[in-house]
Amino acid sequence: MTMLSKRNGYFLAAILATGFFYFNGSDVTTSVYATGTVFALPLALAAMVGIMCERTGIVNIGIEGTMLLSAFVAFFVSSLTQNIIIGLIAAIFTGSMMGLILAVMAVSWRMDQIIAGTILNILATGLTSFLYVQGRTIPGVFQSFEIPILSKIPFFGPVLFIHGALTFLGLAIILALYVAIYHTTWGLRSRAVGEHPSSADTAGVSVVRLRYINVTIAGAIGALAGAYLSLELVGSFERGFTAGKGFTALALMIFGRWNPLGALAAALFFGLAQAYANQLMIDQIVNIPSQFTAVLPYIMTIVVLTISAGKVRPPAAEGQPYEKGQA
Amino acid sequence: MSETNVDKKVVKNQSEESRKKFDVGSWLVPIVAVLVAMAIAAILIKLQGLNPIAAYKSLFKTAFGSIEGLGVTLGKSTPLVLSGLAVAVGLRAGLFNIGAQGQLLSGALAAAWAGVTFDGLPGYIHIPIALIIGAFFGSLVAGISGFLKAYRGVHEVITTIMLNSIVMGIADYLASHQLREPDQFLTRTAEIQPSAKLPIYANLPLGFFIAVVLAIAIWWILGRTTSGFRIETVGRNRHAAWYSGIPVKRTVISAMLISGAIAGLGGAVETLGITYRYAPAFNLGLGFDGITIALLGRVHPIGIIPGAVLIGGMRAGAANMQFDSGVAPELVDLLMALILLLVTAPLITRFFKNSSNKSITSGWGN
Repeated sequence: MTMLSKRNGYFLAAILATGFFYFNGSDVTTSVYATGTVFALPLALAAMVGIMCERTGIVNIGIEGTMLLSAFVAFFVSSLTQNIIIGLIAAIFTGSMMGLILAVMAVSWRMDQIIAGTILNILATGLTSFLYVQGRTIPGVFQSFEIPILSKIPFFGPVLFIHGALTFLGLAIILALYVAIYHTTWGLRSRAVGEHPSSADTAGVSVVRLRYINVTIAGAIGALAGAYLSLELVGSFERGFTAGKGFTALALMIFGRWNPLGALAAALFFGLAQAYANQLMIDQIVNIPSQFTAVLPYIMTIVVLTISAGKVRPPAAEGQPYEKGQA
Repeated sequence: MSETNVDKKVVKNQSEESRKKFDVGSWLVPIVAVLVAMAIAAILIKLQGLNPIAAYKSLFKTAFGSIEGLGVTLGKSTPLVLSGLAVAVGLRAGLFNIGAQGQLLSGALAAAWAGVTFDGLPGYIHIPIALIIGAFFGSLVAGISGFLKAYRGVHEVITTIMLNSIVMGIADYLASHQLREPDQFLTRTAEIQPSAKLPIYANLPLGFFIAVVLAIAIWWILGRTTSGFRIETVGRNRHAAWYSGIPVKRTVISAMLISGAIAGLGGAVETLGITYRYAPAFNLGLGFDGITIALLGRVHPIGIIPGAVLIGGMRAGAANMQFDSGVAPELVDLLMALILLLVTAPLITRFFKNSSNKSITSGWGN
């Protein structure tokens, strides 16, 4: 119930803000919301990675590294082959491999999961800065297109239904994950493994296999988030390209209580806040130094965690390696 | 946490205790890790069509081949010893401080401010003041994470990472406005007063000796004092520590403050001994290198020194290596990542002994 009321809180804030911008003309409002959605999507997708892993009891703080390396591979391969589809496939393969490595470290080797994730992050930073070469270009980005009929709906049409292919794919994955976690056998088993692995094991669910599968698929989703940045939103790559989005996503996951829709709502709230800040700067209503708008998401992350800490309950078996026969 | 889990941890800690007696096997792991990482990186260099042997030769000749080179190496190693030490102190208390970067930056900027502003002080007063101010700001930044961890249960990995970016933004802002060198094209602070510059004796930087003395002091504090014992106990088993009457929250905060102060000092030493000013984009990787160095040194305050010198040497030789062999200096970042992977993953450890899983950090939700 509390989650619902909190989500209502976001929507209330969003509606109030809409009212504020409505006076500036509805075009501006719509464009702010569309920008907010665009900012929110990589965060929401990255939060899905966290949710998929943690629901089965694996802490993944390597989301940042997964996104960074995938964004790099997406860009690099697209540039080599001059084909962004091949780049996207290569990125998704890379992300799955990152997930698989995490699974090997966390599940098979029973390593400390925080360290395992940090290894992924540092590995991605090392590889991308070593292999990065300036001056590469890609043939283009995934262009925005309109979904017929739906895009004609006032306000929601332009906000939700005029985007690039990866945005739609991302939104579809988030909705599908929500349904899958709460309404399928796979979801029930995953949650059981994350809450009480030995019971799930007794009931015939293979804890190890399910954790491997989920963490690997999660890696692929993280790759999509990374590829979205380099192949759709920005169209380039630099060192340190993901700028902490993978960590912000973890905060959003916690704020959204490990629920895909909750995390999506939190990400939209975040994305909108950034879009507002941008719009305020463009309109010269306020004059905030660029360094301060840049740190805004990080400060919000800490504030969000401080507020939600103690009120949320993570999956019970999170971060603990599983051994058969353990209590 | 169930009772059996607590029992298991206690047993695990006892086995760790026995391992702490000097064990040649456990020190072979880091050495093998470094060698294997270099071999893997050599393959990558070869794939780029370059000569790995020439690259490594140039790298190590520049770093360790001459007294001058060694001086530069030790200079580069100083902040690495300190950031490694900062991470190690955190890990001893069960805290994974991956924000050494931000703490280091704030210490560097604060020291630059102190170095520029105070005028007419003799060096033996000016230097300590600037160092202390740097350490203070470092611990201030880390203290935020410590406080949130102790009283709100917010995981330090997230807050320290976020604070890295926040500190970087604020430091950039200050360096390009209030603290900017007047009438200059570049955004950076003015050069510090000569009295604040750390002296260099016969090519050997004073800062390195400060770092080594501090490492020994931390080793002594952790192993021989009550506060050190508290930190170690909280790090090994928070519940047992609480049960035996140790003020866990206060210990968490003070461990974080110490960790941040060391990292801040690392930044201050870098400013006063090497760069003599603060410029944005100031040594971006130092804090993260600290993680690798701490784990390479087996989270032992003195054990981190050789690793820091090795990596400092690579950093010192990287530019020359690029000149001689065409290999990008970012090779060092790649090596660091591979070393970290090899040193923490039980890949190598298995060859030397039957190691079990050990938890270093404090887990997620609690």
